[in-house]
Amino acid sequence: MEKIEDKNQQPEEEQVVNPWEVSAKDGGKIDYDKLIDKFGCQRLDQPFVDRVQRLTSRPPHVFLRRGVFFAHRDFNDILDAYERGEKFYLYTGRGPSSEALHLGHLIPFMFTKYLQDAFKVPLVIQLTDDEKCMWKNLSVEESQRLARENAKDIIACGFDISKTFIFSDFDYVGGAFYKNMVKVAKCVTYNKVVGIFGFTGEDHIGKVSFPPVQAVPSFPSSFPHLFSGKDYLRCLIPCAIDQDPYFRMTRDVAPRIGYHKPALIESLFFPALQGENGKMSASDPNSAIYVTDSAKDIKYKVNKHAFTGGQESIEKHRQYGANLEVDIPIKYLSFFLEDDAELEHIKKEYGAGRMLTGEVKKRLTEVLTELVERHRRARAAVTDEMVDAFMAVRPLPNMFD
Amino acid sequence: MGYSKDQLLARLKELQIEFSQYEHPVVLTVEAQAKYVGNMGGVLSKNLFLKDKKHRYYVVSALADTKVDLKVLSQRLGLGKSGLRMAPEEALSEILQVPLGCVTPFAVVNESARHVSLLLDQGFKTQKCCIFHPLSNDMSIFLNAQGLDKFLKSVGRNPSYIDLEANPPVGKDQPPDLAALVPSDSPVLSDLPEKAPSSQDCTGKSVGAAINSAAVTAKAVKPSGNAQNVKEKPVDSVRPSIPAADAGKFVEELLDRASALLLSEISEDSIKQHGGQLGDEVANNIKKCLREDLKNLATIFKNTAYTEGFYAGTRYQPKRL
Repeated sequence: MEKIEDKNQQPEEEQVVNPWEVSAKDGGKIDYDKLIDKFGCQRLDQPFVDRVQRLTSRPPHVFLRRGVFFAHRDFNDILDAYERGEKFYLYTGRGPSSEALHLGHLIPFMFTKYLQDAFKVPLVIQLTDDEKCMWKNLSVEESQRLARENAKDIIACGFDISKTFIFSDFDYVGGAFYKNMVKVAKCVTYNKVVGIFGFTGEDHIGKVSFPPVQAVPSFPSSFPHLFSGKDYLRCLIPCAIDQDPYFRMTRDVAPRIGYHKPALIESLFFPALQGENGKMSASDPNSAIYVTDSAKDIKYKVNKHAFTGGQESIEKHRQYGANLEVDIPIKYLSFFLEDDAELEHIKKEYGAGRMLTGEVKKRLTEVLTELVERHRRARAAVTDEMVDAFMAVRPLPNMFD
Repeated sequence: MGYSKDQLLARLKELQIEFSQYEHPVVLTVEAQAKYVGNMGGVLSKNLFLKDKKHRYYVVSALADTKVDLKVLSQRLGLGKSGLRMAPEEALSEILQVPLGCVTPFAVVNESARHVSLLLDQGFKTQKCCIFHPLSNDMSIFLNAQGLDKFLKSVGRNPSYIDLEANPPVGKDQPPDLAALVPSDSPVLSDLPEKAPSSQDCTGKSVGAAINSAAVTAKAVKPSGNAQNVKEKPVDSVRPSIPAADAGKFVEELLDRASALLLSEISEDSIKQHGGQLGDEVANNIKKCLREDLKNLATIFKNTAYTEGFYAGTRYQPKRL
């Protein structure tokens, strides 16, 4: 298994990608090819996307078509088993560190919803309130409160309540879940976690013992009320690629305790409005589009803060065309504009200089406003009772229907 | 009816709080007040009545010399960089029920000010004697912080003293330190009009339990640093467009969308273009455009119905055998 060198010894030029820090080399772009190499996962190429389309009899999700979800581990095993009639379940999660979610946060959930609908499989969603309590130094109550608030936005992404179980660590850890945590913990030495996550002697023991919490939802026996008797059910984890270390550890341990290795399907990072080199940060509201933004906010942010690849003057632009590599509106459109043909057209015209930045921004504003509006309407329909129902430990008899 | 000065003084006496009082001509500013009572051994207070973008109100009461930076305070409360403004005059009379120039911590005795957050300068604690208006600007009262505390506790308030001049960093890893002082029961409209009323209407109304739970969930409260341009009018999409598992309304919504799309598809141009094939063309387009939308609506409907059933199930009384 690939080890990441101790964070402290990492040479300055290397890019850093782990669950708590993502930064590119020299403030440039993240090199995803290098990352795939270093982590040891596989590229998700076109044959895969075609196969998914065949197996699910519906057009593949825009994130698959555009290479947003671009890497995987053992996704082919999942598809092979599915073809044989063997089901699987989905596992994803969120660390509830802040109340407002931005579009980048929604991406894994939007994709997971598609997977749930396309493959007709159940889903468990973990809210790591304990992790945020420890890493962000929040109070227990505050992190639990944030978990519930985030759950509402997650539910608004459109998950089917008869196939979805949402749980917070503070509520659910115990019983069978905890037994698996101990089994996993026994298989990972202190030196190993230090190697994987870069813990130091100054880090508190809560952090050091957290990784098993995020590992064990990959094992069906952690959810006896859902999967009892189905110990060989496979697990597929859609996540952003910075979560890979947790699951490398999990995959290493799984066979040793008699479980299937979970499969992963991983996404790129969503760029900040200011460009790939910018950081999306909760303290800079102009670095991202939030699900609570009004149409006016979105228009303002796209117009004033989106980093573009357009030229400085119209004449230059018509002559040289736009730099699509760094243009944020184009990047955002490739995430959220469904119509492949329209996107191609825009890229062609804009790249040739025939279309101006203003037009591209206008289209982006429309697309984002529609998305955020839809989310807001769905969010308004989520009540506290609905959250309670999603989070109740209850059987899901129709989870494979 | 708001408390009167006399009622307040009587209350203070009842509670056996030590204080002294001094009448003077009506004053509207701290400077004017200082002319009359500045040399009597007490420390003057300055009092601000503030409002945030979500129509929540705050009284900030500080020593006259304490520097209060509204931008910093706004961030510390988690309202972003410019989340706090001076409250409008009308709010003064409606919520605090005191005249202009008379903002005072004692105003929280009024029912209408139940949800106003009170921020007190920790500097008061070390002063022998602090000066406030007792709900009217023709008098000043002198008491110490303990007296103020006793009074506040008697009206069910827990006094919060803070270092108003502090400027701690607020960001991703440092949550706003005063976030707990933001009122949690914001005076949300107990009815949910489609049109947004002016900000005036939100003030002073007592927050009944009649807050539609959908209204509460739709108002996503933002954390520090998200200086969102929250519209002055309350969120008008607070009422969900799909009410609780009502099959009739659900179907109406579906039909509305389908017919809107249908109408937009049929025009002189499209008739000319497709002629007899227009039916097929429109049908296909409708399916293509609406499929995902309608599935989402249906999922919301399903989730709502399931939740109703679940709720009922958890309160189900088994048959007596």
